Amino acid sequence: MIEMQKPVKTSKERRPEKNKEEVSSIYKVEDLNLWYGSDQALYEINMDIPQYQVTAIIGPSGCGKSTFIKTLNRMVEMVPIVKTTGAIHYGGQNIYEDKYRVEDLRTKVGMVFQKPNPFPKSVYDNVAYGPRIHGIKDKKTLDHIVEKSLKGAAIWDELKDRLNENAFGLSGGQQQRVCIARALAVEPDVILMDEPTSALDPISTAKVEELIQELKKDYSIVIVTHNMQQAARISDRTAFFLNGELVEYQETDRLFQNPEDKRTEDYITGRFG
Amino acid sequence: MESKNLNGRVLKNKVMKTLFFSATVIALVFLVLLFYRVLSQGLGYLDWNYITSFPAPYPEEAGIWPGMIGSLMLMGVVAVVAVTIGISTAIYLEEYSPKNKLADFIRVNIQNLAGVPSIVFGLLGLTFFVYLFGIGYRLLAGGLTMALLILPVVVVSSQEALRAVPSDVKEASYGMGASKWQTIVRVILPAAVPGILTGIILSLSRGIGETAPLIIVGAATAIYTLPDSLLSKYTVMPIQIYKWTARPQEEWQFVAAAGIIVLLVILLLMNALAVWIRNKYQTRY
Repeated sequence: MIEMQKPVKTSKERRPEKNKEEVSSIYKVEDLNLWYGSDQALYEINMDIPQYQVTAIIGPSGCGKSTFIKTLNRMVEMVPIVKTTGAIHYGGQNIYEDKYRVEDLRTKVGMVFQKPNPFPKSVYDNVAYGPRIHGIKDKKTLDHIVEKSLKGAAIWDELKDRLNENAFGLSGGQQQRVCIARALAVEPDVILMDEPTSALDPISTAKVEELIQELKKDYSIVIVTHNMQQAARISDRTAFFLNGELVEYQETDRLFQNPEDKRTEDYITGRFG
Repeated sequence: MESKNLNGRVLKNKVMKTLFFSATVIALVFLVLLFYRVLSQGLGYLDWNYITSFPAPYPEEAGIWPGMIGSLMLMGVVAVVAVTIGISTAIYLEEYSPKNKLADFIRVNIQNLAGVPSIVFGLLGLTFFVYLFGIGYRLLAGGLTMALLILPVVVVSSQEALRAVPSDVKEASYGMGASKWQTIVRVILPAAVPGILTGIILSLSRGIGETAPLIIVGAATAIYTLPDSLLSKYTVMPIQIYKWTARPQEEWQFVAAAGIIVLLVILLLMNALAVWIRNKYQTRY
């Protein structure tokens, strides 16, 4: 493990320098409607999600923001009664086509959940889980991936001597960063984060936010948050959802300083929600 | 706030506590009586000779050895059959089956099957295994019948164990692109196995005490050679006990009581094993 002194982000270095003017989009959402049984939860969502940026999704409880982020990796299908219409294009393909394999999608699109959800295994086995299910068995390769991922999640220094400890014994903030490392280990292109700091204390939250800034250099990030300050701090673009509709989708600064829609203004000035 | 009628409420609480305590005592008293009767009658006849002997015409020489071996072999068949089919069914119902009306219907009926009287399973076994499949009154037929009998319980308890695995760790696995089968093998089963094992052992311990269905599918009442294959004649402990109690001479009651002690000890050991597994391997979320 020690002689592996490769740079931390090998696989992603091919990426061309980011040019602010011509941001390409990684997701194109078209006319997305979604129902839980007979209750419609999302209405006609149209949205382009840019590559290598942080896109925040805000809105009051029950507005459909968590549902929406879960449509991006089809995790929403874990609820058996869900129906969708419309399309979400990822890499030029509609991920809701029958022939599109979810396993494939979820390999490219990682997810970090609201509550830290490590497996009841060691830190090492948690992070190595993804590579292992994708067929990597070689111990040296796994060691390298685990180290790289934990470094990527800014938790290597804290945990490098505790790799064999059960992840359940870590603090909530550490668990969440192990979960982020676990997502990174699969080398996704996109990371979806569903209120990743809502179960964390302020210091852990600050660490995760800092980490997100770091990660967006190499990953496209979509983050759901109920915390408007957080969205303002860390995101490049912000989408405001209300009652299942996408009300406004703007560059973050514009949305918070000069919202176009009255409802957005009411929400961000604290008149409801 | 002024509390109204506090004395009355406190009194009511005391009355209820006493009632519940009495109910517990009644159950315990009968358990103690059972143990007392069995131990006082049976201990005199229980020795190494009793455990290793075959049935005999004289109470002093009679033993339960073929019943023990028969019960253990029978449980072997039951375990293999009920465990494979039971766990597979539970995995299908919990993880794979579409959640529709038909699946609900199947679930409810499996639960109902668990409440069907064991003698009905005996008749089923007689029709299918003994006659239709032509196995005859052999150990295999008894084992398959008993497997059917405990299968619903194995399915239901395995389903409960699978359902108790928190959905957030399943989501974590699916979220990394794991297939359903990979998630089952690597995340769900390791977390559910202690619960599944506990359910299986408890089902087996129910099966080991069953008598009625085995009488119907033709377990012998007394045999003088040990069963040496799945197609041997066989007997089991509860049937031996049952036959001894049917005899008029008092000594045979003591022989039967000794058999009950052996059966109870085996049951206690199995239950202790189940508790031990549950405590040792339980994953806490």
